[in-house]
Amino acid sequence: MTEPSATVMQGRSLWADARDRLRRNRAAMTSLIVLGIITLACLLGPALTGHPYDRVYPDYVKVAASVTAHPTPDKIVPAIERVASRLRAKAEDIRVEGDIARLKLVAPRAIDERSLAFFERSDLFHAAKVLAREDEGKVMRIEVPIQRLHFWFGTDGNGRDLFTRTLIAGRVSLAIGLLATFVAILIGVTYGAVAGYVGGRTDTLMMRAVDVLYSLPFIFFVIMLVVFFGRNFVLMFLAVGAVEWLDMARIVRGQTLSLKRREFVQAADALGVGPGGILARHIIPNTLGPVVVYTTLLVPKVILLESFLSFLGLGVQEPMTSWGVLISDGARNIQGASYLLIFPAIFLTTTLFCLNFIGDGLRDALDPRDR
Amino acid sequence: MPEAIFHIRNLDVRFRTNQGDVHAVKSVSLSIGPGETLAIVGESGSGKSQTMLASLGLIASNGSVTGSARLTGHELVGLGEAPLNTIRGRRVTMIFQEPMTSLDPLFTIGQQIVSVIRRHRDIGKAEARKEAIAALERVRIPDAARRIDAYPHEMSGGQRQRVMIAMALANKPDLLVADEPTTALDVTIQAEILDLLAELQREMGMAIAFITHDLGIVRRIARRVVVMRRGEVVEQGPVAEVFGNPRHPYTRMLLDAEPKGLKAPAPADSPVLIEARDVKVHFPIRTGLLSRVTNVVKAVDGVSITLRRGETVGIVGESGSGKSTLGRAIMRMIPATGSISFEDRALLPLDKAAMRPLRRQIQLVFQDPYGSLSPRMTVGEIIAEGLLVHEPHLSAAERDRRAAEALNEVQLDAALRNRFPHEFSGGQRQRIAIARAMILKPRVVILDEPTSALDRSIQKAIVELLRDLQQKHGLSYLFISHDLAIVRAMSDRILVMKDGRVVEEGETVPLIRAPREAYTQRLLAAAAEIGLDRS
Amino acid sequence: MLSFVFRRFLTAIPTLFVVVTLSFFLMRVAPGGPFDLEQPLEAKIMENLQKAYGLDRPLWEQYLRYLGNLVRGDLGPSFYIRDFSVAEILMQGLPVSITLGSLAILIALLFGTVFGTIAGLKQNTPTDYAVVGFATAGVTIPNFVVAPLFQIIFGLTLAWLPVGGWNDGAIRNVILPVIVLALPQIAVVARMTRASMIEALRSDHIRTLRSLGLGTRVIVLHALRGAILPVVSYLGPTAAALLTGSVVVETIFGLPGIGRYFVEGALNRDYTLVMGTVVVVAIFVLFFNMIVDILYALLDPRVRYD
Repeated sequence: MTEPSATVMQGRSLWADARDRLRRNRAAMTSLIVLGIITLACLLGPALTGHPYDRVYPDYVKVAASVTAHPTPDKIVPAIERVASRLRAKAEDIRVEGDIARLKLVAPRAIDERSLAFFERSDLFHAAKVLAREDEGKVMRIEVPIQRLHFWFGTDGNGRDLFTRTLIAGRVSLAIGLLATFVAILIGVTYGAVAGYVGGRTDTLMMRAVDVLYSLPFIFFVIMLVVFFGRNFVLMFLAVGAVEWLDMARIVRGQTLSLKRREFVQAADALGVGPGGILARHIIPNTLGPVVVYTTLLVPKVILLESFLSFLGLGVQEPMTSWGVLISDGARNIQGASYLLIFPAIFLTTTLFCLNFIGDGLRDALDPRDR
Repeated sequence: MPEAIFHIRNLDVRFRTNQGDVHAVKSVSLSIGPGETLAIVGESGSGKSQTMLASLGLIASNGSVTGSARLTGHELVGLGEAPLNTIRGRRVTMIFQEPMTSLDPLFTIGQQIVSVIRRHRDIGKAEARKEAIAALERVRIPDAARRIDAYPHEMSGGQRQRVMIAMALANKPDLLVADEPTTALDVTIQAEILDLLAELQREMGMAIAFITHDLGIVRRIARRVVVMRRGEVVEQGPVAEVFGNPRHPYTRMLLDAEPKGLKAPAPADSPVLIEARDVKVHFPIRTGLLSRVTNVVKAVDGVSITLRRGETVGIVGESGSGKSTLGRAIMRMIPATGSISFEDRALLPLDKAAMRPLRRQIQLVFQDPYGSLSPRMTVGEIIAEGLLVHEPHLSAAERDRRAAEALNEVQLDAALRNRFPHEFSGGQRQRIAIARAMILKPRVVILDEPTSALDRSIQKAIVELLRDLQQKHGLSYLFISHDLAIVRAMSDRILVMKDGRVVEEGETVPLIRAPREAYTQRLLAAAAEIGLDRS
Repeated sequence: MLSFVFRRFLTAIPTLFVVVTLSFFLMRVAPGGPFDLEQPLEAKIMENLQKAYGLDRPLWEQYLRYLGNLVRGDLGPSFYIRDFSVAEILMQGLPVSITLGSLAILIALLFGTVFGTIAGLKQNTPTDYAVVGFATAGVTIPNFVVAPLFQIIFGLTLAWLPVGGWNDGAIRNVILPVIVLALPQIAVVARMTRASMIEALRSDHIRTLRSLGLGTRVIVLHALRGAILPVVSYLGPTAAALLTGSVVVETIFGLPGIGRYFVEGALNRDYTLVMGTVVVVAIFVLFFNMIVDILYALLDPRVRYD
């Protein structure tokens, strides 16, 4: 009887049960996949779109979203004529064949070959190649490769690719969401657990402080923090995290208080387990469920807050951008360029939707009512 | 038997769950005559409650019912909610186990009774209120005309159960389904409620279907009994016949589940382990802005107790008597005054750190096996946790070996030690809790209602296990319980507590046979009514 | 009851004091001042301005003076919107914000509880999913997306309603901003009501009612009475926030409420204006917390006033 059995049966922890329940939740699983795709797109996408996020295309200001490549055929000839006029020449005999335009430049004086660089400087063309020179260089036959560019989501008022900017903005928004949430959780869990576990006067005092912070106008608080830290990306969101911890602290304190009364904590106490062991083995593992759920719901809240600050003009600074910045930009351009609002808004709301569904799914999975 | 008023034929109840279908009630048939009391008896999970809930269309939304349940000729199964509602509350009503949650806390009891009366009878508000007062008087609520405007939380558990009965009987139904209506109550109140039901049945003549796990109650109130197990009826017939000559082994097992025998007495000269003198636990109640102490709850008020090696002292009392608080005070888990010594060492002056090494000597087993095990730790970790504190030098492998040993000792398969508490039944969990206490090889174990949350048949096994362990290791027990039958089977001596004080104290057998104090007499009489054998 | 209100009032005062103190010093340690314009003022003019507004005094003296004035109900002159006192500015803006906020709260309470109740009663049916979907959309789509979208749809494309402006509170002008304010609150209230409805319907006392033959109407009444409790405690702080104005909605629809003054005031270092809004908001928050406590005690007999 003293030897342990050779085969030890593995148990199923509550976490494993929760994972299975989450897997059966279709909304949450779909959200998880969509969120994964968005995250991946934001991480890798900007390198693949072919446009740096801060590259300005002066020739493509507020181009509407489309799947066809730019320049559109009707734009090529006027653009060539425009460049030609800069060279103080006239473009004649323009023929566009595929991605190459052939033409004849005619000028009153000899054309300086170096001035052909104007073609390359335009967003529409690559470097021009001279095919032939006639009439002492007053007439020049050239070949101009057309630069084909795609602006899936169009371009903004500065002529920057909205697709790339939306993805870069996603990086910023998601990073901000995670960072600030992490700070909020760290402060909130520690504060709440200490208040709840120590109890008594300490608890009363600590929670009274939370109450006072609650009645501070929240916007004012954030604005003050932004004013202090300046528009520094990281510091600012440490500050946001420092504001958002209040709910977390309340939740964890409530959990700790109720856990402290549970019999298994009393049992550990009766065994002589010290406060450290009780916190580490009995209290914290059992608060993790609500903490995880609240975390998933806090990330969208923080992203929303960032967007809100950006909307007020207090967010990330140009040329860096975030979904909130793009949306507020779009909101100013709803007449005529509504795609500037719609695309970033779709990304933002999809992400928020996913996070909410995942949060709800986690809550159901971790706290199954009907057993 | 006269023509039955209630007939269940081949009733099946299934629940759709994530773990697949659960067949909770399997082809159950039974019938109840007018004015008759039928007891439906079984342990948890026997389907006894689900059978009646399903008949009345009250099961959870994931359940489905087939078969037939006819009340005075009306088929109830498959009936829509609206026609059912003309029958429920009028011809058949139900009362439930939990008096604390069965009434809506946000409405006065008067509002709740009046709405039931007016739902089924076309009478005015004033008249319905008069009837409601009469109904409350009928269930012996004192000062009913005033109490009718009370909220449920302003009443005691027993009174709420009376209000439930008043509501259920307000429209003079033909059948009352009583689902463990006394289980959550103290034994003296339990007896009062049973008396009340019997009286009301004589006055009003309704039939009663009484669902219970308690064979003593069955003997006392019912003429016929249905024994259920795992969704099936295993035996039914007149109580005297079924209990006197059980045909089914399960019935025999149930009847045999009453803990029997007495503890072998401890030698008279065994050394004193715990000596507590004049222990007091007072909780100040602070109110108002300045948190002034306006009142003091004397949870334990001057109790003395001596526990010798190998001895079991039973502490008996109803809820609020302070028996659990006393146990925790002796363990130094709550502040107390007086003097408590363990092996001649005074405990009260010790601080938390100085107390810690002593903790392995005095262990505690709780009532609720569902709440006392950490849900996110494996059973092995739970059992071995004490070793982390008291034998920190042990290697992980050694701790694991000791945990396996402890599991074997409580007759559980050691191979189960990587499983989690929620994968075990109540009885198994209580064994795990006992193993956690035993692994430290304590001298004293305080057992706080260790069997109260368990079925009778499991209670018996736990009692036997505890007695074996005591014999083997020379343990001393402080056995806290409200259940006199179990206390008698466990204890050398008994302390009866009421309102924080010891009312009576003495050797087990003489105290139960011939109690001196009025309170003890009442307690024992109530317990005897529902089956305690005092001989 | 009266003594309860009085006691709550007494505990609110220290809270208010802490909020005022914290805000005052937070505001003052922030870099910059109210008269830092794009073109720096002449030193002499700057000095005179500082003197005129008492900014040349030590900070603690300014603080005590502010507290003193505050107790007398004087919020001081605005630093940025010249020739107006903060009280005047707030008095002009408050009616607008209160009108919008209270309408939004009423709509949220009405539609939120109705939707939530229906969804809770019909759990896991298409109706339920529709409500849950709507509620999730309501809490996830930010108002600065909804507001311009509504402007496009109802203001420009359909041209049913004006795109913005207050127009002395004409109904046509109020509709869009109120809906934008109310939508997320409807969503939250619907979610909460649904959740507590489902919980209530599973409770023992509802089973008692069903066993006694009481129909859906009574059951909904009982379940709703319990389900409304968490909604009440949610709506307290929310009401305070809504009645004191929404920056986004007021900016997008060009409405003269007080929500904007947080941002404008803070950015312009208009110390008195910011302090004024902080005080007003804090009073609203404390007031509504008190209302919630009183309502709670009225709705739930288990809660006592002491």
